[in-house]
Parts: sequence; structure tokens; C-alpha cells
Amino acid sequence: MPADLRDQVRRALEHPNLSTALTRFSEDYRASRDRAYQGIDFEALRARIAERKAYAAERLDGLAARFAETAAACGAHVVRLHTPAEVCGYILGLARRRGVGLIVKSKSMATEEIHLNAALEKAGIEVCETDLGEWIVQLARQRPSHMVLPAIHLTRDDVAGLFSRVAGERLEPEIPRLVRVARQQLREKFLSAGIGITGANIAVAETGSLVLLTNEGNARLVATLPPVHVAVVGIEKLVERFDDIEPILAALPRSATAQQITSYVSIFTGPAEQADGGRKEMHIILYDHRRIEMSEDPLFCQALQCIRCASCLNVCPVYRLVGGHVFGKVYAGAIGTVLTACIEGWDASRGLEQLCIQCGACRDVCPAKIDLPELILEVRRRAAAVAPQPLAERAAFSILSNRRAFHGLLRAASLAQKPLADGPYLRHLPLWLTDAGKNRRLPALAAAPLRDRFPALRQPRSSRRAAFFAGCLIDFVYPEIGEAVVRVLNRAGIEVVFPDKQTCCGAPAHFSGVPEAAAANAGDNVDAFSDAGFEAVISACPTCTAALQTDAPRVLRETGKPELAARAERLAAKTVDFATYVRRLVEEGSLRLPQATGLPPLTYHDSCHLKRTLHADQPPRELLRSAGYELREMPESDVCCGMGGSYSLKMPDVSSAMLARKLRMIASTEAEGAAMDCPGCLMQIRGGCAAAGSPVSVRHTAEWLASLLDGTD
Amino acid sequence: MIGKFQTSAEDAGAEVVEARSPDAALPAIARILNEEGVGLEGRTAVWPDGPLRSRFHPELLAQMLPGLVLEVTRETAAAAHIGITEFDCGAASTGTLVQDASAAALRLASTLPPVHVALLRAGAIVADISAALRRFDPARTPFLALVTGPSRTADIERVLTIGVHGPKRLVIVIYETETGHAR
Repeated sequence: MPADLRDQVRRALEHPNLSTALTRFSEDYRASRDRAYQGIDFEALRARIAERKAYAAERLDGLAARFAETAAACGAHVVRLHTPAEVCGYILGLARRRGVGLIVKSKSMATEEIHLNAALEKAGIEVCETDLGEWIVQLARQRPSHMVLPAIHLTRDDVAGLFSRVAGERLEPEIPRLVRVARQQLREKFLSAGIGITGANIAVAETGSLVLLTNEGNARLVATLPPVHVAVVGIEKLVERFDDIEPILAALPRSATAQQITSYVSIFTGPAEQADGGRKEMHIILYDHRRIEMSEDPLFCQALQCIRCASCLNVCPVYRLVGGHVFGKVYAGAIGTVLTACIEGWDASRGLEQLCIQCGACRDVCPAKIDLPELILEVRRRAAAVAPQPLAERAAFSILSNRRAFHGLLRAASLAQKPLADGPYLRHLPLWLTDAGKNRRLPALAAAPLRDRFPALRQPRSSRRAAFFAGCLIDFVYPEIGEAVVRVLNRAGIEVVFPDKQTCCGAPAHFSGVPEAAAANAGDNVDAFSDAGFEAVISACPTCTAALQTDAPRVLRETGKPELAARAERLAAKTVDFATYVRRLVEEGSLRLPQATGLPPLTYHDSCHLKRTLHADQPPRELLRSAGYELREMPESDVCCGMGGSYSLKMPDVSSAMLARKLRMIASTEAEGAAMDCPGCLMQIRGGCAAAGSPVSVRHTAEWLASLLDGTD
Repeated sequence: MIGKFQTSAEDAGAEVVEARSPDAALPAIARILNEEGVGLEGRTAVWPDGPLRSRFHPELLAQMLPGLVLEVTRETAAAAHIGITEFDCGAASTGTLVQDASAAALRLASTLPPVHVALLRAGAIVADISAALRRFDPARTPFLALVTGPSRTADIERVLTIGVHGPKRLVIVIYETETGHAR
């Protein structure tokens, strides 16, 4: 993480209004978006959009040519331009030829991308944004912080100050009054401008139509009142058929602002009649800066499916804390990270891809079905290839991919920390970890790892055997979770084996964009679990489970190890998360959970990988309930706790802000205990509770269940 | 279908008035103009030509709707308090009005005045936007306008505020054209 980005993140977190406004919005957004989609099959709708947009993304050149033909036949001037300078030059030339001194604009990301306003102003032409939020940001000489709500970081007092200057009178921070002032001020601009510039939400190749959605009605005025209309359209807005408008029109307002439809949808097909009776002059600029290159990329062509709804920003637990300005360029949030890298170049991303905590919330809501977390990982991989990781990080992965070295290091650390340990926590943190320990306590490494304790566990002999995949945290920090798993499975008559040669699941390397190290881990684990004598491979860490189930076969394939990949597939088929497996045992009658009474009420925290990758958020809840625990759901139970593996070390400020919120949510339920299925979340949340002096007992689902089976608590 | 259209339109912030016949639409419009003070102190309304307007003799219009201006230009529309326009179609599921707004007068009258009175035939209401769009040939419709509720913004502190650039008030007059369209 470059220092300048780190500073910007810190400043954003300290902004008096930014994260409060964005967080409040994101809370409201979840519920209102759900309401807006009521009665609509979202999966079917987004499958349709993804199909139509993917179809278009593969044929941008052809569709652009088709559009140019049809729109020209309707009387529009259509040009295809490639660079920002060409677009600015074209519009500037047009303004000069028509003697235009004032241009009005409705919101357009494409013109922001090319810095059109600056170019026109430099040439002495006044440019006026007419979307209220854009105008506010323009008056404040700032950049939009959100694609749909550009001025969300500003308060009514800020706006009153800005508008007072324009109106030449002192205005009170009363919103309806401020909006009236904007109406008056901008109305004059609409009526006297010589050119109106818009973007387009959709461009239809078959008919040459442009579709524009607004709530304010400013795009209608921009396109109607000045004699010349210029539409600047990124070619990724192209779709093949007029019918393709329908699914986008159904999803865009619902996903963007939780509306069934925006107040205004305007569909332009060629120039309409001008107010004085003549025909309007209409120019359509099809702009493809880097889009064609993106469309030829097997992975990043997916990003061209984006319909710019900003829902990936609205659900992002990091974006809502830091806002859009830290992203630096035009596009913010998950899609912004990808587009900035693709459009501005790999070196322009400046570590933005590190801001993503890989919680997967954006993937679930994207109406164009873009696998944003995966694309961001790919940005990491390519950014790493351009600017290799720091030496310390590379050294870390070379150790991580060598099991003996890695485990040796952990054992040495366990001894070395002894003077630093304070019971289960570290007392003094070495300098490089001080930030990470600011608002949470870090656990001490266990005195003896699970692998050493395992042979001493007294287990029943059984014909039914399952293998346990511990993962680093359970093996070296929380061996007691592993022992709880063993006790629960033993009760169902399952004998648990611990293959000694198992190593890191590969997730840290995978999420850091180092596929070779991930492949080395995957290969070692395939060897370690090659014994066919067990019916399942159980993991009590959802990240490890997901790594074994999906990432291991893929990374082995992609690094040219097809034979290992095939074995990894067989391992993947046997791998299952603890709660899903135990629920299966209960269902088949192998395990009876005690119906205990008088248990502490619990709240359940959803781990990102358990819920959104494994889709196994219900089994742990069902098990805990049927064992007799009362579950009190917390708000946003599925929002990331801020751990994210090494994320909490790389981005300690963001991580601890996310943690603080999670702790508030837990406290709001007044539950005595918190259950979760991921040792990473557990480390974060338990450490946070310890630092805050909270009495809430934080334990893994396996521990809550095991404590009932053996009567100890 | 009219019931569904009305509920959806009201949810979107529009008001809905029903008239039993095209002739009955005129007094309904007169009531709105009256309510808004059109005809007093130079307050005007504009109504570009359309199928309903052309049913009535200009003298009848002048008598029934004092303050009405039939010639729609940038100047008359910008000065008017109410714009009256006729829509081609309505989408019940969202309460959306659909209009071939290729004639500039329609756009001036529906965007500039602070109050918009939208006239809609009851028989022109279809199930949803998809069905509505299929009624138009884009090649012959340079400007197709979909309108749902009044102009709105939430750009200052996300507080919903009505009437930022377009109309603050949208009243939809739905009129029956023949018997048998009763609800």
C-alpha cells in the first residue's frame, strides 16, 4: 500500500461527514433495494442483462459501426473517437464554429473521464453542470464522491455556503429553499446555452437510439433547449437490440436508487424538432478509449457489462468508510478499481486494489453479474507483475509456500513470544504490528499446535473416518476449535484423522495475487490428503474450505499442473465445512444434539466465505437453535468484520472501523455470546471485545456445540 | 388496470383525477387551473395541440380555461405556471406516462412550467413499460418520453425534494372514451 493512498484513507476516515453519510445511506439502501426488487426474479433478470451485455462486449466494433449507420440515417452526426484529447478537441471545435460561450451538461461519466470541463474552460467557454449534485460539486471545485450521489459527502450547510456565493445573498441551510435557488439559477443557464451535452445510459445499435435516465429532468432540458445536442457515449453502453433496453431499464433504477423507475426516461433516436420549429443539430460521439482493448481481454471484458448503477459501492463495507475520493480517478468502488486499472493503466491503480477486502458483497448485488472480487484479484496479479511486491512480502510467500519452513517459523515464534504473552493475548506488539493492535488484542500463538496435540486425543475407533483440515489459525492459534470439532464428530461415531503434511490452504497467496505460492500450497495439500480411507475432509474455516473446493483445482490448472488439478478436484468433492457436515449427520440420525435449557442467548456473525462463497449461512444457525440456544439476529450480520486475512494488517484503520461497527451490532442484540464459523472472524471479533472490555463470549459454532456434548463450558 | 395505474402513479408522487368522458376532462382540467390560480394576475397555462385539445373549439377553451395560451414557444412555456400535455400511453405497473415528444412544444410544456397536467386516455393504459415501448417505432419517434411522478432530487443529504428542474406537481387526468371502460 503506497503511503499517499494510506494517508488519503486516513484523511477520509477522519472526514467529519463522509463515512456517517455513506454508512447511513448503505444501511437504508439494503432494505429499500430489497423492496424495489420485490416480486422480481433478480437472478433471471441479471442473467438476461449479463447475456445481452456480454454479447455486446464481444462485438463492440461491429455494434459501433451499426449504431453509426442507423443513427446517421436518422439525421445525427456520429463520430467514433478514441482518445480524451480527440473528444475534447471535437467539442471545442464545434463550440467555436457555432460561436458558443455557454454549455450546459447533464451528468456524464464519460465526460468526467476525459476532463472535458477543464478543457472547455481553458478555452474560455463556460460549462455548467445541471444535475444538482454535480453542480454542487462543480461549485465546490471538487470531484464527485459517488457515481449516483455525487455530493453525498457534503452537508446542507456546505451547500448553503456554496449557493450563497452564487445567489449573492446569505441562504439558510434549508433544503427546499436551496433546491429552489438551484432551479432559478440553472433555468437561466438552460435557456441561454448554445450547446447541451449529455451522456447516455444505453445506446441501441439496431435503431440508433440513446436512452437517458434522470430524476431531476435536467437531461430533458439539456437535450431540448439549446440548439445543439452533443451526446458523449462510451461504446460499452451499446446493446444490440431495442428490446435489450427492457431488462436494463428494470434493473438500473432499482439497483441505483431503489426506485421502480426514474422520474424521466428519454429515448432519443436522431434529432427531434427544435423549439423554433427547425430540426435540432445532434452529434453523437462514440468514445472507445481502451474499451476495445478491454473487450479483447478474456477476463476484463466482463467489466464492460457494467450499467453504472453503483450498487457495488453501496454495499461495499470499505467504500462506505472511505468514500469515492480516495479512488482518485472518475470511477470509485469495486467497479472503479477495475475500470481505473483498465482505462488509466496498471500503474494508475496505486494500490487501490488493496482496498478491497474480498468480502464478495458486490458480486451478490451486481445486476450485470460481474465477478468483481475476482476481477480485483486479477488487478492485484497484474499490478504485482508490473511492480513486484516488496521484498518482505515476497519473502513471506516463499516461506508460506514451503511447509517445513513455515511451520518451523511458527514454532519458533510461539517460543519467542513467551515473554510478550499475556494469557491468550499478546501483551506487547512488535513495532510493525502496533497499528494492527490498536483496537483489538492479538492472540498469542498456542503453546502447542493442534498437530502436536492430536495424537493425544482419545477417540473411539470407527469404520467411519473423516479427515480434518485445520488451516493455520486453528492449527497454531486456536487448537481448541479443532478439538471441539473432534468431540462433536466423535459423538456421531466418526473418527477424525489429522494428516500431518497438510499446510496453508493457499488463500493468503491467492488473495495477494501470488498464484505460484497458492499452487505450491494446493499441491502439498493434495498429497497430504491423498489417502482415500475417509469419507469427508472437514474444515472449520470457511476460507480454507473455499480454497480447497474452488481455488485449489483452478490454480493448479492455471499454473500448468493438470494431473494435480484432477486430484485436487477429487479432494474438493470430499471437502465440506463443519456445520454443513454436522447438519448432515443430524439429518441422517448419526448425531443427536442435546435439547439443552438455560443456555446463554447468542447472536450469529456471518463469515463472508461461509455465506457468499459456500452459501452455508443456515446450517450453523439450525444447529445452534436445535441444540437449545436462542439466536438473536444482529443488523447486518453478513457485513464483513474487517478481518480479511492479512487485510487487517495492511489496512489497520479501515479494518478497525469495520470491527467497531460489528461490535456495536453485536452489543445491540444484548446477546451474551457470539457464534461464528471462521477462526479469522473470531480472532478479529474476540480481539475487539477484549480490547473494548466487552463481556460477550466469542466462540466458534463447534465450541458452542461441543460444550453441550461433554458437559463442560 | 386503471386502478393499478393510479396506485403506482400515486406511489411515485403523482396525483390522479378521473373523468368519465373526453368532454368531462375539460372541467377536470379547469378545476386544476383554478386551484393553481391560473387566469389570475397574469398566471398562464400552455396546452400544445393534441387529439383532446382539437375536440374543443378555441372559444370554448378560452371560456372554460381562462389564462390558457395555445401557442407554445420557449417564451410562453417558460412564463407559464401550468403545462398541459397529452400522453399516448400509460404503464400500469409503474404508473409511467409515455409520450412521443418529438414535437418541441410538448417538451417545452411538460418540462418548463412548475405544474404539469398530463392527459391520458383510459384505453391507452397497458400493463408495463415493456408493453408500452412496443407501441412505438423508434425510427419514427425522435424523442420518446417516459414520465413517472414529478421531478425529484435527493442530492442534498439524500433528502427527497420535489421539483428541482421539472414540474413540482404532476396531475394525471385519465379520461374514458367510451362506455365499457368503467372500472
